[in-house]
Amino acid sequence: MQYALIIRESAEDFKRREDPAYKNGWVAYTQALIQAGIMTGGAGLTAPETATVVRRRGEDHDVQDGPFPEGKEQLGGFYLIDVPDLDAALEWAVRVPISEHASVEVRPRLQM
Amino acid sequence: MISDARRAAEQAARQSYGKLIAFLTARFRDVSAAEDALSDAIAAALNTWPERGIPDNPEAWLLVSAKRNLLRRIRHENVRTAARDRIMMAFEEAEERMNADNPIFPDERLKLLFVCTHPALDQSAHTPLMLQTVLAVDAGTIAKAFLVSPQAMSQRLVRAKIKIRDAHIPFIVPDRSVLPDRLKSVLSAIYAAYGIGWDGVDGETGKQGSLADEAIWLGRTLLAILPQESEAAGLLSLMLYSESRRGARRDANGQYVPLDQQDTALWNAEMIVEADDLLRQAGAFGSLGPFQCQAAIQSVHADRRRSGVTDWSALAKLYDALVIMKPTAGARVSHAAVTGRIQGAAAGLALLNRIAERDIVNYQPYWAVRAHLLTEAGETARASSAYLTAIGLSDSEAVRQFLQARLDAITPPGC
Repeated sequence: MQYALIIRESAEDFKRREDPAYKNGWVAYTQALIQAGIMTGGAGLTAPETATVVRRRGEDHDVQDGPFPEGKEQLGGFYLIDVPDLDAALEWAVRVPISEHASVEVRPRLQM
Repeated sequence: MISDARRAAEQAARQSYGKLIAFLTARFRDVSAAEDALSDAIAAALNTWPERGIPDNPEAWLLVSAKRNLLRRIRHENVRTAARDRIMMAFEEAEERMNADNPIFPDERLKLLFVCTHPALDQSAHTPLMLQTVLAVDAGTIAKAFLVSPQAMSQRLVRAKIKIRDAHIPFIVPDRSVLPDRLKSVLSAIYAAYGIGWDGVDGETGKQGSLADEAIWLGRTLLAILPQESEAAGLLSLMLYSESRRGARRDANGQYVPLDQQDTALWNAEMIVEADDLLRQAGAFGSLGPFQCQAAIQSVHADRRRSGVTDWSALAKLYDALVIMKPTAGARVSHAAVTGRIQGAAAGLALLNRIAERDIVNYQPYWAVRAHLLTEAGETARASSAYLTAIGLSDSEAVRQFLQARLDAITPPGC
């Protein structure tokens, strides 16, 4: 069963991306996932300021700078993992080295 | 901080609740119906006892309150069900017993403990069921501690209760011939409640909704009912030794402090004395079980408070015995750590290499010990990789920082 671990980070978290105290935890976590043989995909994303948003307005498309302004937490990246069940996915979710101003959402992958 | 008086009142309420649930379910096997009948009464007790003090006869108070609620509900909802009738009969029987010459309420919680850990029930339900029925811990708290959603936990509990009722799991103390095996399940379930959030080789307990107090209390309950069982004494002793170090596991800055560097002045002396006594009591029965052995290991660590040193060779002997009795990944990893300390890193690593891969691939303490021993052996590159895995498998920021500092110490600058 595949699950996405969706990581939402705060503005401070994005600023700390290069701080070893923050970064090292992510490197280690990713290694642990690979070593356990359960990582099937994922990506870290750059800060929300670098985002461009495209929306459809009738027949036209509207291109806007920046992310959706809503919420203190912004999408920072995700892991896709293959584990037997939700309990196993949650076990991995608590190991994600997020700060106190971030969250991990666990969601099953859509079966196609 | 909750005052001692409040805590005592809360404990008295939960103790009495467990006795009543046990009494009711032993008579009609329907745990859910019994909980239902007592839910208002226990809520009222948890509310009022801390304010007004513990009643003289706590069980009678709960019983009267529960009976009143049940009568009110029967009148109000105007339905009589078979379950309610049976509960009412059981309440009356209980009242008669309490009004007789002997006002002591019968304690049938041991039967309930054996039901909660019956082999016919899914093992993942054992500890939660015990916490809910014997101690009235609410399902939300249990779910949080077990890291599952409240819905998933309540489903697990409901399924187990239906099985108890429909499969007619007997409310008895098992026969002598099977008692030792069945007792093991009870002890393991209690220890699981204590060990939730267990992280790191030296028993650092986690922060998320710790049930340590509840587990210790279940341990006390079990020993009160079975004072002759050396493993029950061993288990309580083990939990008390671990608990005595709670205040020393973090320094003033919240940093993780490993066991061998903890300030022994911060250990709880009272708990250690009690744990020592229990271990002596257990030893008097002349049979060494795994919980007693683990308690003895902790007593060696605790002795550093008195002597200032750790007797590593005594630890090694105890771990030799433990891995024979109970070769869990935890015991084997600790055995390797102690062996590495006495006989050198190579000997420790050799023991680690013998553990099956499936047991250790996600087991954080294994990678932490492996990284440490590889560092000692001078294999820096492999040690770095093991440290990374250990960090990646940690669920505590303090432990991650501690291991990262160790990793930084072996990484040449500029890398």
